[in-house]
Amino acid sequence: MQEERFPGHKLLPYLLILPSALVIIIFLVIPFAQTIFESFFQATPFGTHKVFVGIANYIQLFEDMDYLHSVIITLIFSAFVIFVGLTISILIAMLANQKIKGIGFYQIALIWTYALSPAVAGTIWAMMFAPATGIMPYIISKLTNGYALNWMTNSSAALFIVSAAATWKMLGYNIVFFIAGLQNIPQELLESASVDGAGPWSSFFRIKFPMLSPTVTFLLFVNMLYAFFQVFGLIDIMTKGGPGNGTQILVYKLYQDGFVNLKTGFASAQSLVIFVAIAILALFQLRIATKRAVYER
Amino acid sequence: MVKRRGHKLITHILLIVIVLITAFPVLFALITSTLSFKDAFVFPPIMIPGGHFISNAVEAWNRVNMGRLFLNSLFISIVVAVVKITLSLMAAFAFTHFKFVGRNLLFPMSMITQMLPLPVRIIPTFELMNLFHWINTYYALTVPFFASTTGILLFRQFFLTIPRDLSDAARVDGVKPMRYFFQVIVPISRTNISALFVIEFIFMWSQYLWPLVVINSANMRVIQIGLKMLLASEQIAPEWNIIMAGTIIAMLFPLLVLIIFRKSFSQGIAMQTDK
Repeated sequence: MQEERFPGHKLLPYLLILPSALVIIIFLVIPFAQTIFESFFQATPFGTHKVFVGIANYIQLFEDMDYLHSVIITLIFSAFVIFVGLTISILIAMLANQKIKGIGFYQIALIWTYALSPAVAGTIWAMMFAPATGIMPYIISKLTNGYALNWMTNSSAALFIVSAAATWKMLGYNIVFFIAGLQNIPQELLESASVDGAGPWSSFFRIKFPMLSPTVTFLLFVNMLYAFFQVFGLIDIMTKGGPGNGTQILVYKLYQDGFVNLKTGFASAQSLVIFVAIAILALFQLRIATKRAVYER
Repeated sequence: MVKRRGHKLITHILLIVIVLITAFPVLFALITSTLSFKDAFVFPPIMIPGGHFISNAVEAWNRVNMGRLFLNSLFISIVVAVVKITLSLMAAFAFTHFKFVGRNLLFPMSMITQMLPLPVRIIPTFELMNLFHWINTYYALTVPFFASTTGILLFRQFFLTIPRDLSDAARVDGVKPMRYFFQVIVPISRTNISALFVIEFIFMWSQYLWPLVVINSANMRVIQIGLKMLLASEQIAPEWNIIMAGTIIAMLFPLLVLIIFRKSFSQGIAMQTDK
């Protein structure tokens, strides 16, 4: 598959990949190695120098109730964003992938939230849910005869609203990929299934869903990265991790410890734990992707 | 036939309802941005736009020096998108058109970048910025983002579909590889380039954590941090009309980019999923 189209050029290919390779080495690989290194050190109170502490930072992680709480919050939050988000998106994508008039309009009208940043989404949802003055507490209070929703004091409500806002922001992105995935399913396959008497349900579960599985795997990974990291702006704008650490996901705790409390060693240990989690999932995703490739060959 | 038409009508109705529900937060933000401070707190909420958008936008603009933040965001988003696309095109060209010892490095490279998002290396990367004296500079906001294996993989996949005859013909005519790259490869990659531009532009425009960490001077802030400052500048009650006007300004540009390039964007995504 990969052939040599311009033989005899020894230096040129290296020059072409050099800039990318340099950026990856200087800003990704070396800092990551440094993260591992620093996770075994602690800064002295005045930050003048760093002392080797062995695995003390890691022990501290497992003794820190705030950290363990943060792990659980992150799991709940990302499970919500991934499963609720992907389910809604796949349903909407199937509805929007039909031969009807104005489908071009519907598709752009469904994917545009992709262009919003997490911070913009957070600001808008913070306004809608503002205690006492927002539209959502008003509607909820009307519907329930006066229940006053205040997510600035109720941490479960805060986690739910933050999760919903994050899911909403990601809908556009997920729908784009599901629509593209659905359009790549060969039409003949669906037609022959329908000739064979497959109804809409069995054609979904027997054909569409299996054919979409690479898209689903890809989106699982992307949504996980989103829920782990990119929502930082949304959390910072909406709750700053509160109330009472109720929405303090791992990346927020990492920021707090690393850049506000200046415990760089402790924060580096947190980085490394997050890395292990991602690496496992990335390898898992890779395994599925390569398995499939082998199968197709 | 009747059943089918009914089915289509239901699809239309469902789609319209879904579009309205998903758009509601932004529509509501848009309405709020046009109200006066007093009208933004009326119950039940006012659902008809008022006439104060310009004055709210001007107030938001002045309050957090938004003009400067806007230009900063625009500058770093365009620079990162353009450099990333250029580097990706170059690397993908190397990986598909030449035989060299490091050719099998593509795969580990893409795994590494996927597994090392900023937060897992944020503290040493920040220290590196200190070392380079890059804190509060455009370098810190752009250079660490320059490598993109997503881009390399996207272009690689496309380049592999280019018929070999094309490069063979060029070679027979004595065309040098780089001339072939600029005159053939780059022009026929237009669709993928625009798709990647949309993705990278929006990605950079949305950056929040990194600018928060490496920037502390008012002139170097980006627009996302401007939103944080608008919220923090609130007086007794949050002035949602002004905050929303600022939010609308902050979302305008990436939306425009997505709408302008929507055709190539969807095509590019379709190509990416078609593995």
